[in-house]
Amino acid sequence: MKRREFAKLSGLGLSATLFAGGAMAGNRISAEELLNPGLDVAVKKRLADAALNAAKSKGATYADVRVGRYLRQYLFTRENKVQNIVNSESYGIGIRVIANGTWGFASTNEMTPASIAACAEMAVEMAKANAEIQLEPVVLAPQKGVGEQTWRTPIQKNAFDIPVKEKIDLLMEVNGAAMKNGASFVTSNLFFVNEQKYFASTDGSYIDQDVHRMWPTFTVSAVNKQTGRFKTRDALSAPIGMGYEYLSNKASEKIVVPNGPTVYRYAYDMIEDATLAALQAKEKLSAKSVPAGKYDMILDPSNLGLTIHESVGHPLELDRVLGYEANLAGTSFASMEKLKSKNFQYGSKIVNLMADKIQPNTMGLVAYDDEGVPCKQWPLVKDGILVNFQATRDQVHLLGENESQGCSFAESWDSVQFQRMPNVSLQPGPDKYSIHDMIKDTEKGIYILGRGSSSIDQQRYNFQFSGQLFYEIKNGAIVGMLDDVAYQSNTQEFWNSCARICDKDDYRLFGTFFDGKGQPGQVSAVSHGCPTTRFNGVNVINTGRKI
Amino acid sequence: MAILSQEEAKKIIDKVLGYSKSDEMKVELTGGRSGNIRFARNSVSTAGASNNLALSITSVLGKKTGTSDINEFDDASLEKAVRRAEEMARLAPENPEYMPMPGPQTFGKPQAFVDTTANMKAPDRAKLAGASIKSIRDSQLSGAGFLEDSANFNAIGNSKGLFGYHKSTNVDFSLTIRTPDGTGSGYAAGDFNDVSKLNTAALTEVAIQKAKASQKAVALEPGKYTVILEPLAAGELVQFMVRAMEARTADEGRSFLSKKGGGTRLGEKILDERVTIYSDPGNGQIPGSPFSSEGYPHEKVMWFDKGVVKNMSYSPYWAQQKGAKPLPQPSGFVMEGGSQSLAELIKGTEKGILVTRFWYTRWLDPQTLLYTGLTRDGTFYIDKGQIKHPVKNFRFNESPVIMLNNLEAMGIPVRTRGNLVPPLRIRDFTFSSLSDAV
Repeated sequence: MKRREFAKLSGLGLSATLFAGGAMAGNRISAEELLNPGLDVAVKKRLADAALNAAKSKGATYADVRVGRYLRQYLFTRENKVQNIVNSESYGIGIRVIANGTWGFASTNEMTPASIAACAEMAVEMAKANAEIQLEPVVLAPQKGVGEQTWRTPIQKNAFDIPVKEKIDLLMEVNGAAMKNGASFVTSNLFFVNEQKYFASTDGSYIDQDVHRMWPTFTVSAVNKQTGRFKTRDALSAPIGMGYEYLSNKASEKIVVPNGPTVYRYAYDMIEDATLAALQAKEKLSAKSVPAGKYDMILDPSNLGLTIHESVGHPLELDRVLGYEANLAGTSFASMEKLKSKNFQYGSKIVNLMADKIQPNTMGLVAYDDEGVPCKQWPLVKDGILVNFQATRDQVHLLGENESQGCSFAESWDSVQFQRMPNVSLQPGPDKYSIHDMIKDTEKGIYILGRGSSSIDQQRYNFQFSGQLFYEIKNGAIVGMLDDVAYQSNTQEFWNSCARICDKDDYRLFGTFFDGKGQPGQVSAVSHGCPTTRFNGVNVINTGRKI
Repeated sequence: MAILSQEEAKKIIDKVLGYSKSDEMKVELTGGRSGNIRFARNSVSTAGASNNLALSITSVLGKKTGTSDINEFDDASLEKAVRRAEEMARLAPENPEYMPMPGPQTFGKPQAFVDTTANMKAPDRAKLAGASIKSIRDSQLSGAGFLEDSANFNAIGNSKGLFGYHKSTNVDFSLTIRTPDGTGSGYAAGDFNDVSKLNTAALTEVAIQKAKASQKAVALEPGKYTVILEPLAAGELVQFMVRAMEARTADEGRSFLSKKGGGTRLGEKILDERVTIYSDPGNGQIPGSPFSSEGYPHEKVMWFDKGVVKNMSYSPYWAQQKGAKPLPQPSGFVMEGGSQSLAELIKGTEKGILVTRFWYTRWLDPQTLLYTGLTRDGTFYIDKGQIKHPVKNFRFNESPVIMLNNLEAMGIPVRTRGNLVPPLRIRDFTFSSLSDAV
């Protein structure tokens, strides 16, 4: 139940008030307990072997086991008040088997050899019951056992080592900065996650991974009671695969746009961003309402990241293409035929989109996926042409390939792993070209930053995205702020209107911390990198209404 | 079986409360089981089952709170969890908005638990999914679906003598059926407390018919159209409005219920006078929990009466600030309707568009409750009271507040996603662009 509430939130965008009420998976514990080391790897191996042996003895032809300990610390504040601090630990084992050519899955948090064996038996029984209505037996791409392996996200400062008081002091300073600069209200949050995952399979892999990610964020509101209008501005931070070191003030990681915003690379100055957010939220109250029409859109990574996620990441998931997600998320316009044609023009010639599970600082970074496949990078769109999808071991053969791309992931030990999106990123342009150059080269445009409202159809053709900040560009300069902006397009048309991409110095990460998929719903976290990019002649609508 | 009886639950809660050394303590005990099966491409894909029983302890010292959860139930573990919650409260920052816990309350007794649903097992699910798959295969179509059943209880007690207990079962079924060439798609869904009311065969038949009938859709120009929203589509937009009825944001000037110049629109008529929406956990078709997680009763509450805003929800803190009664947000709602069936509504439509359901509906502006999303899995053109042909899917940009001022007619309410919602005929519904998606 808690997990489903959690997954729903990802679809709705972050609803911090719900989280603040404590709706999250796992047992709530003290902050100190987050630093307990957990089980020794030798004990995990013994438990995993107990499960694998039990599954095999009951008739499984393949089995994998995930012993998971998921630690979370979420902090919620508004103005000068701490609303909630939640530390949680979720711990247990998930056992997935193939019996009679069919998947079965069961999980338990009773970590005794006897209950683990009973759990493995339940998974086998479920597989056998469902084999009765199975059309085609599961075909697994081969994967050699990798023996005993360990891996950890290369963080500099473990966020759980930082005292809660220090984090609260930071959020109070953030809120204070917003209020001092004219905000009517502010909420701010810190999310920290550590997934301690031990994977073992009948292929002979025993993989211990320690995965870290975090997300600092806030929402500033400005209210004008006289006019009855209010506007908000969310943080321009990225959820990221880094430790607490992300929360620092480094001039080298900052880009300041004259008459415009300040954006951040791999170090985020949350207090400065909150100060600017308050000023910008107030400015939005009197911003010009956008005239609908065609504009050249300059999209900051904090905005384009979500567009990449929805219009490239999701449609290129092989399970969607095949119809496995037809009942909820939908299918995909990017059909197998389009891939096989080798000439489907997904985007303009400058568009190169990579799937990447090994990119530093990203939330999708791991050494092995949740079915023990070593991670890698591979192109999805090359010079504008669709060249590949994202697959797992049981579906990659449908692509005519016999090696999984390593895209298997489960939200927790008690959820079954399935295909989830790797980091998908737009590659920088080869020539030196900055955001300043791009603004200078734009005659009639809108420069959009931040994650706003988003909606896309079930085959990923038609989409509409908004943002947090909209700047009008006329004759090569920012002339002021706009409001009520959303852009509507069709995926193929949009990516073919991609006219210019800034260089690697402008490349930054966007992330989504709670991406939902599947039934029952599961969330995952993934990053999308890109530089600022221009798309020509995009349709902009005005979203202002009166009720 | 993780469903504890009221007596068993009370015994554990009382024992835990007995360990308390804090100023106030709340204990919540929840448990249950759930099972699911997924199918796609006319074959089972994945399945799962889970059980849980968990205890949550909130200790309060002054205005500081600490919460610890545990799923071990021996005396030593329970006492340890109490001590841990108290220690966490001691270390917590003070919450200036903390409100004392409520004392004993009187709760209703909604009948939400059905043994047949509670007793469902993996072979029962495989049988229902298997029968549905067979019908789809016999029709030479391709289907994907999901069936999930659950049985749960929750009990709450506090150091001021409050106690509440509620148990419920639920079953959800949905399926999407597509034509092999991908030009047609149909959807149907149902949710009940009692699995014997779930007719998977009838729902499968509806989705088959919609998949076949939606092939070769015609493109219409985007614009303002009269629409008939089936309950699933109508409910999706109405629920966003019902969920946004919080008093605090309205008072703070950041809600669709905020008034120019300050204050709220409580008591104002903001919707068509035929719109009446209330919540009632005792409603036999959508029984809900009789209490909130804070221990306040969920009672029958009128939210909109003949288009007038009658109530807003109040947290205990905000209620005290405003001299109001704490009023939790409802878990489900009833929108009153008319006496016409969906077929009769269609028959009475000169020209219009029938919408099966919406997809990816997201807010654009919390001030006007403007939402965007798309039609999906069965969108049809109606001419002179008859469905003429399928139409390509549209993106809409519309507010439920505007929509419920443009109301033409309402049909008989049906249960959809835990709410009772009628099909609606709405004029001037705004479709802003076309989608190629099927």
